[in-house]
Amino acid sequence: MFYLSVLVLLPIMACFFKASTLSWNEFWSAVWTERTRAAYSLTFGASLVAAFVNLFLGLLIAWVLVRYSFPGKRIMDSLVDLPLALPTAVGGLVYASLYVPNGWLGRFLVPLGIQAAYSRLGIVLVLIFVGLPFAVRTVQPILEEIDPETEEASSSLGATRWQSFRRVIFPALLPALITGFALSFARSIGEYGSVVFVSGNMPYKTEIAPILIVARLEEFAYGEATAIAVVLLVISFSMLVLINRLVRWSRRYAI
Amino acid sequence: MSIEVRNISKSFGAFKALDDVSLQVPKGQLVALLGPSGSGKTTLLRIIAGLEFGDPGSGLVLFHGSDVANYRVGDRGVGFVFQHYALFRHLSVFENVAFGLRVKPRRERPSKSEIRQRVMDLLKLVQLDRLADRYPSQLSGGQRQRVALARALAVEPKVLLLDEPFGALDAKVRQELRQWLRRLHEEIHVTTLFVTHDQDEALELADRVVVMNHGRIEQIGTPEQVFQEPATEFVMNFLGSVNVFHGRAEGGRLRFSNLEMHAPDLANGAEVTPLRIFVRPHDWTFETHDNGTPCVRATLRTVNAAGPKVRLQLVTDEGDVINVEISQERYGELGISPGSAAFLAPRDIKLFKDQKDLLATWRVAQDVTVEEERLLSPEGP
Repeated sequence: MFYLSVLVLLPIMACFFKASTLSWNEFWSAVWTERTRAAYSLTFGASLVAAFVNLFLGLLIAWVLVRYSFPGKRIMDSLVDLPLALPTAVGGLVYASLYVPNGWLGRFLVPLGIQAAYSRLGIVLVLIFVGLPFAVRTVQPILEEIDPETEEASSSLGATRWQSFRRVIFPALLPALITGFALSFARSIGEYGSVVFVSGNMPYKTEIAPILIVARLEEFAYGEATAIAVVLLVISFSMLVLINRLVRWSRRYAI
Repeated sequence: MSIEVRNISKSFGAFKALDDVSLQVPKGQLVALLGPSGSGKTTLLRIIAGLEFGDPGSGLVLFHGSDVANYRVGDRGVGFVFQHYALFRHLSVFENVAFGLRVKPRRERPSKSEIRQRVMDLLKLVQLDRLADRYPSQLSGGQRQRVALARALAVEPKVLLLDEPFGALDAKVRQELRQWLRRLHEEIHVTTLFVTHDQDEALELADRVVVMNHGRIEQIGTPEQVFQEPATEFVMNFLGSVNVFHGRAEGGRLRFSNLEMHAPDLANGAEVTPLRIFVRPHDWTFETHDNGTPCVRATLRTVNAAGPKVRLQLVTDEGDVINVEISQERYGELGISPGSAAFLAPRDIKLFKDQKDLLATWRVAQDVTVEEERLLSPEGP
């Protein structure tokens, strides 16, 4: 509890304190302009999309890692954690250089009208990249834990494979899926390093809220910067609380 | 529905789990597959269920005379109960039992009220109707196992297959559930196969016992048959404790430990060696002095009087350790203590040759004469 206070609560308190040095009007004009609104909606929108994609991608990868054995499985298993270890700026740079018009992928995609570097699509892609480990690692242990007998029981009672998945496996995975979604979502909201390189940071278009904060800091407008941070904090926190409730609801059978 | 297994083999890599196994289970019987772990009994059960398949080209599983190779587990009409229950944790007791009805194709699915009726009837049958809304995590082990059974019965299986149904329960609950299952079977009369490694369970519960070892069937018979007339040394050993001696028959006399007895007809007086001699602990008559009966002389080492029988351990001068069980009453009469000299007369002796086949069963009457019940010459009649 003490550590939690020092490590988490204290910085958050400081953030609120700093923001409170602004008057209400100053606060409002700092956090609620057209530019900040665009940044918020991009941050949350892109994070949401990325978290959804990770939900499916994470389940898929976890499923393959748990249920199948193939050469190179252990390497693939370790690869999943790579986005955690890699400085995310590197990830962002790599994505950017891949998708620019003369990059390896960009040279095929750009003529098709798919502009992944310096665009919102690029942001979503790197957010998927940084959030993926969370989605995989929350689902994987639960999937491993599911007793093969439970599935056999289901099929011995006449359920088809799809029915077994939908009625037996999916409900067991649901709490982990929601948690994975939440973690990947939270990670995405706070992501800065990779996005800054891949997005191009165009105000109103590809500028996310954390970048806006840094921009304010560079203008030495510390009060405004923390004000935006506070807004981010409040929204993220309330979303996480909501998701936590969802997890508890989905685990109501485990007393 | 009757079940027949014909020449099924099953290998896992180099390990032969089942080696050319054949078995017939008549309709309506309660049959135990008994054996130590690794004997292939669970594999056999799973092959019958369709959860596992025999080696390609190895044999057939027939239900009511017809091959079921092309039927999936869900289409075989079997109810399978797993050792660790395998209940659906996220569903209530009611929904667990209803599961098999709810996943039926729409045409065959009963209406909501019919499902409700059927599930509640089943829950009454397993005496859990008051716990219908609980989740499995709120139940005891015995209750969970009964839910698993009700769930398997919901689809009205023609065959009930139970894999170590009481294996994970403690002794007391186990005993209760055993009797309960026996009553249930008498009520619903579904052909039932259950796997167990507990010989008491098999002997108490089953109409017929199939004793398995190393992927083969050692013996099939009624509980009395397998206990009284074990076909092989393994069956003798597995069904209860035994004292084993190495001995020889020669010139019409049988010798083992320091006992020698008249056995004129054994192998027509020809020499048989090596011979293995089995006497169960409760098949000894304990005397404190020699009364002329052929007996083993030994010294009493330890006494354990806790329990319905008094368990004694004795040792002969030759170093053979002998376990003997006598009644509490007899123990009181004898007034023995560790160090007492003992004369042990075997009442029932089983002779096995070459580690395998039963050669003879002897009942030794109290009045010295040796009565021979069954005698097989090792070279044939």
